[in-house]
Amino acid sequence: MHPTVFSRSLLAASVLALAGSAATQVQADPKVLKVIPYADLKIVDPIWTTATITTHHGFMIYDTLIAQDENFQVQPQMLEGWKASDDKMTWTFTLRDGLKFHDGAPVRSADCIASIKRWAERDLGGQLLISRTESLEAVDDKTFVLKLNKPFGQVLETLGKISSNILFIMPERIASTSSAEQIKETIGSGPYRFVREEWVPGSKAVYAKFEDYVPRSEPPSMLAGGKVVKVDRVEWYYVPNKSTAMAALNAGEYDFYEAPSIDLLPMVQSNPNITVKVLNPVGLQVAMRPNTVIPPFDNVKARQALQYIVDQSEYMTAMVGNPDFWRACPSLFWCDSPVMTSAGGGERLLTKDLDKAKALLAESGYKGEKVVLMDPTDHPTHAAALLTAANLRKIGMNVEVQAMDWATLTSRRKSKNPADEGGWNVFHTRFGGDASSNPITHLGTNTGCDKAWFGWPCDAEAEKLKEAWVDELDDAKRKDVLDRYHTRLMEVAPFTPVGQYAIPSAYSNKLEGVLRTPTMVLWNISKKE
Amino acid sequence: MLTYVIRRLISTIPVLVVVALFVFLLLHLGPGDPAAIIAGDFATPEHIAQIRAKLGLDRPLHVQFFEWAGRLVQGDLGVSIFSNVPVATLIHQRLEPTLTMTVTTILFAVAVAIPSGVIAAWRRGRLADRVVMVLAVTGFSLPVFVLGYVLIYLLSIKAGMFPVQGYVPLKEGVWACLRSLALPSMSLGLVLVALIARMTRASMVEVLNQDYIRTARAKGLAPSPILIIHALKNAGIPIVTTVGLAVAVLIGGVVVTESVFAIPGIGRLTVEAILQKDYPVIQGVILVFSFVYVLVNLLIDMSYGLFDPRIRYDG
Amino acid sequence: MSAALEPEVGAATAEEPATGSRAWRFVRRNPTIVVGGLILALVLGAALAAPLLAPIDPLEINVLVRLQGPSAEHPFGTDHLGRDIWSRTVHGGKVSLLVGASVAVISSALGLFIGLVAGYITIVDRIVMRIMDGLMSIPSILLAIALMALAGSSIGNVIFAITVSEVPRVTRLVRGIVLSVREEPFIEAAVASGTRTFWIIVRHILPMTVAPLIVQATYVSAAAIISEAYLSFLGAGTPPEVPSWGNVVAEGRDFFPIAPWLILVPSAFLAMTVLAVNMLGDGLRDTLDPRIARRM
Repeated sequence: MHPTVFSRSLLAASVLALAGSAATQVQADPKVLKVIPYADLKIVDPIWTTATITTHHGFMIYDTLIAQDENFQVQPQMLEGWKASDDKMTWTFTLRDGLKFHDGAPVRSADCIASIKRWAERDLGGQLLISRTESLEAVDDKTFVLKLNKPFGQVLETLGKISSNILFIMPERIASTSSAEQIKETIGSGPYRFVREEWVPGSKAVYAKFEDYVPRSEPPSMLAGGKVVKVDRVEWYYVPNKSTAMAALNAGEYDFYEAPSIDLLPMVQSNPNITVKVLNPVGLQVAMRPNTVIPPFDNVKARQALQYIVDQSEYMTAMVGNPDFWRACPSLFWCDSPVMTSAGGGERLLTKDLDKAKALLAESGYKGEKVVLMDPTDHPTHAAALLTAANLRKIGMNVEVQAMDWATLTSRRKSKNPADEGGWNVFHTRFGGDASSNPITHLGTNTGCDKAWFGWPCDAEAEKLKEAWVDELDDAKRKDVLDRYHTRLMEVAPFTPVGQYAIPSAYSNKLEGVLRTPTMVLWNISKKE
Repeated sequence: MLTYVIRRLISTIPVLVVVALFVFLLLHLGPGDPAAIIAGDFATPEHIAQIRAKLGLDRPLHVQFFEWAGRLVQGDLGVSIFSNVPVATLIHQRLEPTLTMTVTTILFAVAVAIPSGVIAAWRRGRLADRVVMVLAVTGFSLPVFVLGYVLIYLLSIKAGMFPVQGYVPLKEGVWACLRSLALPSMSLGLVLVALIARMTRASMVEVLNQDYIRTARAKGLAPSPILIIHALKNAGIPIVTTVGLAVAVLIGGVVVTESVFAIPGIGRLTVEAILQKDYPVIQGVILVFSFVYVLVNLLIDMSYGLFDPRIRYDG
Repeated sequence: MSAALEPEVGAATAEEPATGSRAWRFVRRNPTIVVGGLILALVLGAALAAPLLAPIDPLEINVLVRLQGPSAEHPFGTDHLGRDIWSRTVHGGKVSLLVGASVAVISSALGLFIGLVAGYITIVDRIVMRIMDGLMSIPSILLAIALMALAGSSIGNVIFAITVSEVPRVTRLVRGIVLSVREEPFIEAAVASGTRTFWIIVRHILPMTVAPLIVQATYVSAAAIISEAYLSFLGAGTPPEVPSWGNVVAEGRDFFPIAPWLILVPSAFLAMTVLAVNMLGDGLRDTLDPRIARRM
């Protein structure tokens, strides 16, 4: 070992020493970007799955028709532009010049239409759009027309949505795969190509610059603007253990770590070669989800009691720690978003009132029946589950904590059986802040009974108010409808938010041009020698 | 010899059939639905049902089993239901890290254990013997992750001598590859060191008790290398058996070691596949593990002939 | 706690009432049994007296004191939920000892029964040993993980999963003994004199298996304690609400560069306990089974 490095490490300036010694052991190739994404890329079809890691993959190899800029305004991306008729019932879209797929074929209207149709089979927003669509047809290879049969205020926002499923454009032959089946080819028209031969599921995914990509001329702004690739290759490595991942970043073994543990940030904050920054303008909303079809939470009073057992700062301290990265939020929607409202007593989500909770529980007629709480031990909501178990016991509930892995939880939550026949009463999950910023896409507030998300809350009045919000085109009136909708939701209590948090990324100072985006994107980044 | 090998190989078929059937039933009777995992956190129940149907997971169990077994006989292990990548490719990708790690671990263990065992036997009852034996029992009792984390903390994080995690493939340089395997091999190898050192000592003690060597020692002959090698060769069979057994012990440790050091080997592939319920991958990998186990046992039996020419393999 | 632990604890305590010289002779002759037994008695005592030694509830969450280093109030620090590591470690001993002892007893009983039957009835032998070979050829930790995935997370299931992977080894041992003993002249004499098979097994063969079985059971319990830790470490073991050493390590692994005590404290207890059981095993083997002892 190098003598200076040795003496420095003796001084226990371990972080500096690590960076110094690491430089000698890792060959830093300025043309290769080594990245640790938050999860392993297991599935390559961003329509088949809603997994966020696959959305990241999607933004590498696919392009979108419309994108949102840093002000969440829609901008054309693959499109040259669009024209709406005066009644906003007919939309004409034109593709820009020079778009090519990775196999060399040009991007045509037919590819876009096939991609929209496959996407709309899966996506909630897409389903709503298609249900109001009269026709979607190509005029020529570069122009296609969407005709609505019912007004829809969110056409561009839906086509350009930023949470999964995202409308990625694939060649027509691939997009004609059933949406219940995974696509077999990984060909897009995005700024990177997928190097399939080098893909090792569970460990590594490799992307190469797509030389024929024609970026827009505008500067990049969130997901909009020019996607200029400034490296030759991007390599994703999956490192499951957060502490070793952090140590490896610290040692210079990687350039970019998407989602380090906030508790471990002190490890790199003293390292002058590492930047820590929140890149995702939206974060994650953590939710306690009761099962509304079986007792005791089929009773609305029992569900309302849950709103009184939560002190969001307790949950967020346990799950996240450092208060720079989380906030308590008195709304079922994402705080800091245009739809944030605390109408209907949202403040009660912030502080505990166990007496009130006990009273509500008594009114619900609860008599000590067993309550099954699913605890996913390999998931960040594990800490929330333990806290909820303790809190429910404090109000006299007979809680049985059932530990399982997240994979088992995702299949158990489908069951509508009674709790002791494989069913469940409550679990925790995380909703993307972007999805939670829109009543259409928020899975937690959907009260469409059988069509609602697991837990199946059922309330026709709330659904009607949501429809009214979608239909309303006047901004002031929309706000009023939104408040009434939120008030109703607070009464129905389809879920209880326990806080929202941001996820910082950590990366080498050699990187320049890292963008702030809701999903990890790796264009515009250059790496100094 | 050849007929012996063939007979032994044929006799492994029932074992593999038992394993295949057992693993298949085990997985398919368990809870957890790969379709729900595939669909992702934000999927609707209806989408999940569609995926189940497409993957054929809603068909009766025996239909699924015979279809899988039929393809297996033709050498087709199937494809991962997540990545759509053939199971054979997945295993092939993960083979190198696991194999190199296993080889370096065994080399490390043998290099440390056999001399220690010989010294302990030669100095039987003395201090050197006691020290080696106490260390051996300790090594045998230390779970892999304990040593792994202590080594990472001291040698990687504090001293910066080794990479914290990960695996450098052989083609990127033998030295870099060995460096990346140093800590995993040490953590994983300690159990083997203990096992092999104890067995070496025991066999050596037996050989050293034989008359001709006792006579030599009584005459005041110093422990010459020739004598040691001679004695070691006679002690070979139990030692080789132990090394072979150690491979079986190793496979278990590999799973944990790969998880501690984030090495993309077969062990991690298996654990991840089990937790995600990627049925074709689990079935394929466990069959491969069983086959390797059976093969190693066969190799051990055959190696006996090297040490003792009296052993013959007649049909 | 269980039968498997009795000889060990007995060995450790036997010295107290005895006269000085006899006790000293026992210690001199069996240092490993005494040291191993003493350590084990300490761990067992600590586990049983856990509420006294560690009055803080190991499940009590207090996010205000999360990830704190060792202090007067929390001698071994706290974890990411502010739970007391000393409490969790002391209480965790119960899980490890329970798993170790139960697996040893159950797998010995099952292995003994299957081994005796297989060793004596040829048809059963063929079928049973094929199944045992199959089970043995699956790496035991993978087999246990797969079983846990099937059965779900609970201490009972951990014991079940580890037992399934240990039974074949015990069965093989017992069967081997039966096969060698049944050729002995005194068995042949008993058969010739018309003694019923059942009585031959009970009177003549069973006693021959006792000593090796006790030694084997000790090693099995050491292996089971490690297996429980591995399973919990890989996220397929004891329910995380229950503090077990494997769980405490598994939860601590994400924080170990900033809070190494999360891993080091339970690991040290784990290693010490397994070491004690292995030492006991070695000592028992040397005293109970002189045939093997001569070789070692």
